[in-house]
Amino acid sequence: MSEERKMVKVTIDGNQYEVPAGTTILEAAKSVGIEIPHYCYHPGLSIAGACRMCLIEVEKVPKLQIACYMTVGDEMVIYTTNERVKRARKAMLEFHLVNHPLDCPVCDQAGECGLQNYYMLHGLYISRVRENKVKKGKKATQIGPHVMLDQERCILCSRCVRFCNEIPKTSELGMFNRGDREVVDIFPGRELNNPYSANVINLCPVGALLSKEFRFKTRVWYLETVKSVCMRCSRACNILIDYNIRRPWKNDGRRLSRLRPRYNAQVNDWWICDEGRFGFDFVDAADRLTVPLSAAGGAQAHSGWEAALETAAARLRQAASEIGDVAVLVSPRLANEALYLLKRVLAEQLPGTSVAFSSLNEHEPTQDDILRKADKNPNTTGAEFLSLTTANAEVKDHAYLLQTAKKGNLSALIVIAHNPVGLPELYGRGWSEALDKVPFKVFIGTNENETSRKADVVLPLAAFAEYDGTVTNFAGRVQLLRRAFDPLGEALAGWELLRRLGNALGGEYDFGSAGEVFDELAQKEDKFAGLSYGDIGELGVKVNG
Amino acid sequence: MPEVKLIKRFIETENGHRLREFESAGGYGSLRKIIGEGWDAQQVIDILKASNLRGLGGAGFPTGLKWSFVPKDIEGPKYLVVNADESEPGTFKDRHIISGAPHLLIEGAVIAAFCIEAEDIYIYIRGEYYEPARIMEQAIEEAAEAGYIGEDFLGSGHTVRVHLHRGAGAYICGEETALLSSLEGGKGWPKLKPPFPAIKGLFGKPTIVNNVETLSQVPIILDKGAEYFASLGIERNGGTRLFGVSGHVKRTGIYELPLGTPMKELIYEHCGGIRNDRKLKAVIPGGSSCPVLTAEQAASINMDFDSLAGIGSMLGSGGLIVMDETTDLVQILWRICRFYAFESCGQCTPCREGTGWMTRIMERIAKGEGTVQDIDDLKEVAEQIMGNTVCPLGDAAALPVVSFLSKFRADFEAQVGPRRVHAGAVVTQAEAEEN
Repeated sequence: MSEERKMVKVTIDGNQYEVPAGTTILEAAKSVGIEIPHYCYHPGLSIAGACRMCLIEVEKVPKLQIACYMTVGDEMVIYTTNERVKRARKAMLEFHLVNHPLDCPVCDQAGECGLQNYYMLHGLYISRVRENKVKKGKKATQIGPHVMLDQERCILCSRCVRFCNEIPKTSELGMFNRGDREVVDIFPGRELNNPYSANVINLCPVGALLSKEFRFKTRVWYLETVKSVCMRCSRACNILIDYNIRRPWKNDGRRLSRLRPRYNAQVNDWWICDEGRFGFDFVDAADRLTVPLSAAGGAQAHSGWEAALETAAARLRQAASEIGDVAVLVSPRLANEALYLLKRVLAEQLPGTSVAFSSLNEHEPTQDDILRKADKNPNTTGAEFLSLTTANAEVKDHAYLLQTAKKGNLSALIVIAHNPVGLPELYGRGWSEALDKVPFKVFIGTNENETSRKADVVLPLAAFAEYDGTVTNFAGRVQLLRRAFDPLGEALAGWELLRRLGNALGGEYDFGSAGEVFDELAQKEDKFAGLSYGDIGELGVKVNG
Repeated sequence: MPEVKLIKRFIETENGHRLREFESAGGYGSLRKIIGEGWDAQQVIDILKASNLRGLGGAGFPTGLKWSFVPKDIEGPKYLVVNADESEPGTFKDRHIISGAPHLLIEGAVIAAFCIEAEDIYIYIRGEYYEPARIMEQAIEEAAEAGYIGEDFLGSGHTVRVHLHRGAGAYICGEETALLSSLEGGKGWPKLKPPFPAIKGLFGKPTIVNNVETLSQVPIILDKGAEYFASLGIERNGGTRLFGVSGHVKRTGIYELPLGTPMKELIYEHCGGIRNDRKLKAVIPGGSSCPVLTAEQAASINMDFDSLAGIGSMLGSGGLIVMDETTDLVQILWRICRFYAFESCGQCTPCREGTGWMTRIMERIAKGEGTVQDIDDLKEVAEQIMGNTVCPLGDAAALPVVSFLSKFRADFEAQVGPRRVHAGAVVTQAEAEEN
């Protein structure tokens, strides 16, 4: 792109604007706050020009033009809401509905449906279709692990077909037959199972492509939404978290309903991968740790925070001062704030503790050149910037920690957001026996697992969507994690948990929010210099480092 | 005025589809001339412009001008595509040229390819034209053997290859950009314009798409001169045209007449008038998509692009469908609607949904179950399709509906019940009369 794009003067609905030459009328109008309705157009896909909803009038051009395709010219006079345009828009909407089944009451798209929305905005006519509708073959047919197809609801905008052709380039979908018998379908013998398949659910403006996981779970108007980022890999794609806490009888009490992609040109464009999108089951899983547990001399038992922290602090202090050889296994799943407080507490309260870092977890290191990164942690870069990874020579790796534990050279170990015992055979072998040789183990994590069961003290950690904070993605972009709902049970956000542990260890840590922790972090840590929590914003900021 | 047999002379030559007979009739003379005398492209284009030759596929765009749009001095291939996907109902002229004078088409196409610097000619022939395709194939082989095409054809230093491609039966592939999509191996869907094919066509390269008849006129014009050709027609409408007449005339068939010939001369003199000497009711002037003419309009109109455009119709493909007074126009329009609904490619919404909707309304009217409201709805649906689609098929489907309902509304009203009086209750004709 040239440094200075030539600007042209256009008049839209009577007002003059300057917009960059070469932009489409639809995008130009959008940039000045005028929404031109459309179904087939999507900024991330090639232009189809098929739905004809975006017809607008351009002075001196006899026919109405599609705003998604025609580019602005200097001195162009455009009408997006005059009578002629409104009439055409209504007519195009009517055509979309001629063969559309009126099954809104049982359609999961209801409430966020392009047809419903435009009908209220641009339609509001009384139907004059007295004919039978064209019947199409597939209703509620599963075409892949995540996607259900309903051909009758389809308005044939071809977004899904273009997506599969252009983004994952897997071309599972096609347009079959002609005229009003035309359908979107999966090619024979194929399955819609590419790693980005579920994006077609969000691309579909109607209820033709629905999520197998989400459909019929909760009506969308019961959902609330926060803007956050995905924690499934080191790209940290921008997402929307849709959650339901007001109607706990729906979806078996699951609070987190679904994740949707959120546009960020610097990170993920309009997409997210299926692994991230559907990788949140642990948040509302039955094995969530909801209360601190203490196993003083026997089985793990419910304990209050005070008692659990006191036990942990006393044993850790004792181990650190009398015996030495305390270690902590740090996880890049923790947010920057938790990592920072961990670093401070260790340095100030348990000096001499050896730090081990591991990015190993239960996920396969899938990767491609679209979005997915092999590092299945959201904050490895953040940990690195805080000198908590093996890039720092003083930090040990996973194998070294295992060997040390195996030799019986550890007197206490804190495992945070890790499950070394449950790792795949290659990495997990030997951990169970090794842990047995460590006299005192503190486990901090979200869900019960093979490692947590061996711990003397278990401290429940808030899960994704339960706390505010920041993570630093692979490219050094600091982005906001947002709390959608309260932590389950008595679980605490990482920074809060470590603050309390630090206080129990004899420190005085007084932070009221993740933002306060971050702002101190930004002052103390060079890599984050100049940043402030309040300035990070919805799209994140890149660190200077 | 008798027929002027410029093209028909070759079609009517016995065994004119064979090279020897075609050459004896003077064929390939124009190609030999421009190569032998070392003409350049501009000379040919200037003659075509002066001849007022217009695209005879239906749109009537000046041919010389079209060729001049191809960018010169650019890298990479350019293509000439022959649109032989003759599919418009009522149109059957191109098949006669292909079957009767295939070499005339090859000669014209090679000249066109020479002018636009294309080395490949694709002839996209309608899939149902099996026999014409076979004849065309034979002609291509003969032309190659005789050195009219191929590497260094006629010692010109140029190369031209001719490829015959049979369509798979979709009407829409007669629309030039859909044809290109199909030729590229994709679904026969029209493309958004601009860019036009002359700039970005087949495989993204500059491409000229010409109709069979248009290209077949080219050697004739170069032979007889631009002045002669232009003088046959009227202003801006040069030369002759093959008019294909079907329907209720005594002698259906192909008639080659100068543009501007009165329609009544064609119908009453050349075709011998209406069968059984009945009265004329209506004429579709250029293939089923052209707005219908009343008998009065047909009696006074001249057959050229501008005259027909002047009364809101089109000369189109030159395929006349003549209907006498016994014709049930309701059935005709229903049939036309069915055709376009069946052939709509399904790409854009108004055509995809609108053509089917119009057909279902028409079906109800034709079965006597319609109301006056249906006639109004039908017309409005057609008007909402018109001009709002990706390609002209939407217009092609809508124009007959609008014109039939405007010009012959009484025929339709006679077959429907009265307007609905209130929602849900339809009053039949009988009930209305009883009250």
